Amino acid sequence: MSKQEQHWEKSKGLLMMTLAIWFVFSIGIFLFGAEMNEVTGPFGYPLTYWFTCQGSLGIFVILIFWFANRQEKIDEEFGFSERGDD
Amino acid sequence: MIKGNFIDNLPKVYGIYTGGFLGFIIIMSIAEQMGMTAKTIGICFVAFTVAIYAIIGYLSRTAQADAYYVAGRQVPTVFNGMATAADWMSGASFVAMAGGIYFKGYGYMALLVGWTGGYVLVASLLAPYLRKFGCYTVPDFIGTRYGGNLSRFMAVVVLTVASFTYVTAQINATGTIASVALDIPFQYAVYVGLISILLCSMLGGMRGVTWTQVAQYIVLIIAYLLPVFWISNKMGAGFFPHFMLADEVSRIAELEAQFGFVKNTAENLKEVPKGLAGITKAHSAVNATPWAFISLALAMMMGTASLPHVMMRYFTTPSVKAARKSVGWSLFFIFLLYSSAPMLATLSKLSLIDPSLPTGIIGKSIAEVQSIDWYQNWNQANLMFVSDFNGNGTLELNEFFMGGKAVVLATPEIAGLPYVISGLVAAGGMAAAMSTADGLILAIANAISHDVYYKIIDPKAETAKRLVVARVLLVVIGFAGATIAALEIQGILGSVIWAFDFAMSGLFFPLVLGVWWKRANKEGAIAGMFLGLVSGAAYLVWVRTGGSGFLGITQLTFGIFGSAVSLVAMVVVSLMTQAPNAATQKMVDEVRVPAGKSILGKQH
Repeated sequence: MSKQEQHWEKSKGLLMMTLAIWFVFSIGIFLFGAEMNEVTGPFGYPLTYWFTCQGSLGIFVILIFWFANRQEKIDEEFGFSERGDD
Repeated sequence: MIKGNFIDNLPKVYGIYTGGFLGFIIIMSIAEQMGMTAKTIGICFVAFTVAIYAIIGYLSRTAQADAYYVAGRQVPTVFNGMATAADWMSGASFVAMAGGIYFKGYGYMALLVGWTGGYVLVASLLAPYLRKFGCYTVPDFIGTRYGGNLSRFMAVVVLTVASFTYVTAQINATGTIASVALDIPFQYAVYVGLISILLCSMLGGMRGVTWTQVAQYIVLIIAYLLPVFWISNKMGAGFFPHFMLADEVSRIAELEAQFGFVKNTAENLKEVPKGLAGITKAHSAVNATPWAFISLALAMMMGTASLPHVMMRYFTTPSVKAARKSVGWSLFFIFLLYSSAPMLATLSKLSLIDPSLPTGIIGKSIAEVQSIDWYQNWNQANLMFVSDFNGNGTLELNEFFMGGKAVVLATPEIAGLPYVISGLVAAGGMAAAMSTADGLILAIANAISHDVYYKIIDPKAETAKRLVVARVLLVVIGFAGATIAALEIQGILGSVIWAFDFAMSGLFFPLVLGVWWKRANKEGAIAGMFLGLVSGAAYLVWVRTGGSGFLGITQLTFGIFGSAVSLVAMVVVSLMTQAPNAATQKMVDEVRVPAGKSILGKQH
């Protein structure tokens, strides 16, 4: 497998992982919205309510930064990162 | 001041700007103490901020194509994040979102999840790859990746349908705010709003829009957060509302149980002015089926990833790496406002319905409520209404009605904050609507000038001529949008959601598969865009004209049907026709690697 193919395989793996986490917090948990809301979540809010106000939103922010860092590592590993800095 | 080291000086420049704006707020509050009228304060806030944006727009003027189309590709990550956040958060987010949460609770909060979750798709599936491509516009990517004028043209059509649906709502919002703040009729205020919008984008194109959007973000976030924190502290609900409102949320649930949701008869509801609603849904309980919630969230997420005015913001970063990080910053800046909207809704609702608070009106006598100053003001503005349906002389929960906008606009006044805050909120709403309108008008005008005029009609046109065409189109599209906005056909929020559905119907799969599926070809993409848009639109018309719909897909989520048709059409047609040629396949390979030259040159 060429270097480029390996790089793409790894990038696809990262994508799958990112989308899986995204799926859980944007869709998966809301399948059980009614049940989850019986539980008390962070800061004392009902759990589903908290996810819709802060939880899912905050997790998305962290997820994107995590994804960006991981992808940068993959690019560096194969020598595909750009010169210069942002 | 503006060229060369301007980029290095950005933190300083915007630091001074923020300080200046805070200073202005203080001066205004002193002026209020000294007896300046509410009306003058409103005018000062709107006029002062719009003047600043116009100055920034003028200083950013340019005669170069890459500065006009992609701000010279040198916008630093964090600032691009702020600009995207302003681009993204429309008049609807600013003025209507807290109101939606206030009235509809959980079912509405699918929009919060959808409008943020979509950025994960933007960051992982599209933005970095389109940045590597080096395109000026979204149709530029479609046209080059798939080849042929027809695919390019179809992309322009989808982009125009989606963005135009969106932009009329934004011009409408600038008009509403300008008409209230400047006290002029709506029909004229719409054009005042439009001229303010064009001042930011006409001379500098994307560069002008970028630097005004950063300025607008700073105004709108201060205008949103300051009242939320202030009200929370004033009510004694906690100095940091986001972490401290659990008691208030459970108190609302307790009051809801105590009052009950009494259903009004159709007869009684006839009395209520159009557009006002009562509290009929639980605040924090789950009041929608899983599919209703998930389908709306999913439609908004896929729509986010297909809306061209957002995507093109990531064409302005210096590198692919920066584009990825920049999506993270965008969402962070959006998060600051979105996570505050439910808190504002909670504070607003509790302060109105809790009889043990001095501001609570439920349980008071109707006559007493009708004599309150703020009630009279907002009743006159057609945003509040009470009526004694059961004739007991006391205001019940089901007898109080309010407009969605009132949650953001009226809560500061109800909570007893000085008028200067209301002026600030008007300036914030104006900034939110203007920045989104600017991004949208520019997206349409750029697509038509670059992709239709330059790439299809006259590929030999000089840069100067191209930019003249781009500017003329900007004005024409702006006026067309304002003219339709002046007719007031659709509410602000409805048309915003439609725009997402149109965009995802036609563009989501052609964009994503363009990067992630090498086998996707021109015929497939054209079929996907065409059939997706047409079937989505047909579904909308069908449901609007009394059709029953299927699978629980409503007029707010018709994009789910449209994009499914688009995906099937694209895959089937691609597989039935020839695979893309070797050059195209190689191009896709190059797009997938951050290093190296972009596919399209710096000037194209």
